[in-house]
Amino acid sequence: MNAETNCCVVSSAPTAKRFGPGQGRNSSPGPIRTKSTLEKRVTFKGWLLPLCLVAPQLLISAAFFFYPAAQAIWQSLFIPDPFGLSSQFVGLGNFEFLFSDRYYRASFLTTAVFSTLVTIASMVPALFLAVVADRLLKGGTTYRTLLIWPYAVAPAVAGVLWLFMFNTRIGVVTWYLGLLGYDWNHALNGGEAMGLVILASAWGRISYNFLFFLAALQSVPRSVIEAAAIDGARFWKRFFTVVLPLLSPTTFFLLVVNVVYSFFETFGVIHTITSGGPQQSTTILVYKVYADGFVGQDLGSSAAQSVVLLLVVGVLTVVQFKYIEKKVHY
Amino acid sequence: MKNAIIGAFAAGGAAALLPQAGFAQTEIQFWHAFTGRLGDLVAEQVENFNANNTEYKIVASHKGNYSETLNAGIAAFRAGEQPHILMVFEVGTATMMAAEGAIRPVYRLMADSGVDFDADAYIGTVKGYYTTTEGEMLSLPFNSSTPVLWVNRDALQAAGIDPDTDLSTWQAVGEVLDQLKAAGHDCPITTAWQSWVHLENLSAYHNVPFATKENGFAGLDTELAFNGPVQVQHIGAMGTWAQEGKFIYAGRRNEGGANFRAGSCALFTESSAGYAGISTEAEFDFGVRPLPYWDGVEGAPQNTIIGGASLWVLEGHSDSEYEGVAEYLSYLSSTAVQAKWHQDTGYLPITAAAGDETRSMGFYDENPGTDTAVIQMTTNAPTANSKGLRLGSFDQIRAIIDEELEAVWSGDKTAQEALDSAVERGNELLRRFERANS
Repeated sequence: MNAETNCCVVSSAPTAKRFGPGQGRNSSPGPIRTKSTLEKRVTFKGWLLPLCLVAPQLLISAAFFFYPAAQAIWQSLFIPDPFGLSSQFVGLGNFEFLFSDRYYRASFLTTAVFSTLVTIASMVPALFLAVVADRLLKGGTTYRTLLIWPYAVAPAVAGVLWLFMFNTRIGVVTWYLGLLGYDWNHALNGGEAMGLVILASAWGRISYNFLFFLAALQSVPRSVIEAAAIDGARFWKRFFTVVLPLLSPTTFFLLVVNVVYSFFETFGVIHTITSGGPQQSTTILVYKVYADGFVGQDLGSSAAQSVVLLLVVGVLTVVQFKYIEKKVHY
Repeated sequence: MKNAIIGAFAAGGAAALLPQAGFAQTEIQFWHAFTGRLGDLVAEQVENFNANNTEYKIVASHKGNYSETLNAGIAAFRAGEQPHILMVFEVGTATMMAAEGAIRPVYRLMADSGVDFDADAYIGTVKGYYTTTEGEMLSLPFNSSTPVLWVNRDALQAAGIDPDTDLSTWQAVGEVLDQLKAAGHDCPITTAWQSWVHLENLSAYHNVPFATKENGFAGLDTELAFNGPVQVQHIGAMGTWAQEGKFIYAGRRNEGGANFRAGSCALFTESSAGYAGISTEAEFDFGVRPLPYWDGVEGAPQNTIIGGASLWVLEGHSDSEYEGVAEYLSYLSSTAVQAKWHQDTGYLPITAAAGDETRSMGFYDENPGTDTAVIQMTTNAPTANSKGLRLGSFDQIRAIIDEELEAVWSGDKTAQEALDSAVERGNELLRRFERANS
């Protein structure tokens, strides 16, 4: 490597938005061209510096993602005993076992329903609250602070709180429902159980989404809204035609983050409220990985499920960025 | 914040160093699953042992509930950090037994250390659960209980029923449920641990198999068999009661206990160890009855089986440490310790001597009903169907049974459909377990 490789050439304004190795593979000395004059790019000569810059991220990904993922794939081919004393190679046997289980196949649908509803139930009220809080003239800070509180409650604790309110015999909500003539029993009714875990999962999340929506709302230029107002657009008209499109980067970000949340972090809520029951009606994919691996000691099946989950999340990410992100205006 | 963390580390470091500064004691790690009153009682046992023993020091740690404690032990073993003594609930017994390189059988530990120990001092139904078919004790029984019928006598009285009415058979219970319902009671009966009480114990009590191969004792190639006529009849009846609002289902574990202790349910099938909680919380006159059986089933009532935990000794420590483990296990099985444990908790006296001592102290006369469980367990010699269960992946199988039973209670499935499905699904797990351990 010569000294030249350690330098880079900024081919356009220093405020360039996107950084990347660009034409870096062109290691021959000489003038470096940018692909298009419209796209601002920083290009590097040679490999060393770009490699150094991405190395920390690569190392972290390798240690915390690639290595465990590879291990999960390897483990999914075996049936080990719990103590790690012996294990048997079964090829794709674990996957066969999984997909022959109709409860496992059903948990895909359960997961889809659950994450869709959690995402909607946590984003729509958050947006509404943000819009309302944004309009407040007095006491706005107090409202905002109070609305952020539920986010500080750990999922497992949130689960216990909701469970207590909806306890089938002593819960306060159950009691009021009883007065209305409705017999609440989420221990037996799968739909009610699903509703309860969705509610409990979405509740704390509303605060988080609220925070982002509020910040995004406050950065919407006043002039645009005023222009629309002068044109005669009423509040909700302005909201749907002007504000909402301007919020789309935030909405997209929250969509991704909330889907990931509902997939992986709602575990504590489900564990405390239903343990996946009744009749597996609240067993989402991640919960089953836990139940089979850490309660059932069936590490082979658990690893195979992790691999399946990996694929599902991979596909989902591609879909989100390829199809939904196109509709986002930055 | 930062200072607090440093302070905590310093304190922790000092605490870790101090005992060693005194004199060289061999530390024995004991991981258990008890909190609350039971946790205090375990701590008391440990303190008493440590106070009378200079050579060894038992360090007891709470590791979560039964499942979590087992998982912690297994994870620690894989990491080479395992404790000397691990508490494992009865459901995990087959898992531990199959892990030959990970455990040191209690009979061998005791023989090697030369500590005074008589496995035959334990009552048969308890010992049988944790011994091989050759009669070698693999783990030390610690806390064992068996299901009984708890009665809210005030609730019966209020419904115009004699609180001493016959409740020995399910037929009689059915009539009482009718009367309670007719009197407007909205929770005539509830239960805890439905699979344990209404399938596992039901099968043993009526002398019908829960699984083939002596309920798994005789081999890993066992298959579930709890979809027979006796079980179907019972689950069918319970399902009907659930539909009629007589049996109120509260949850898979002991959620029903809160309802009973609060006085809102009249009858309650739960472990005899529910005594500790019920006697302190219940503000009504309660009674204990033997678990009901179906009149007309041949061989019933046989005997019920136990639930609870035993202590497993894990491999990978030095001989001198195992001497200390042996000393501690020997101390735990002494009559005085066992009798006190039985009286404090409602768990069974697991040695015959502890039962005799408790009786001679007049405890049963002062606390009527506390010997119901003992009588229920010991009246008949256990048969191949009633000495216990030894099934791999049993925690998962129980979860399957829970799901299928819930389908019956909600009216989605008939008893036969649900039990057939549970057997089929459970057998798949048994085959996987067999494959992993053969």
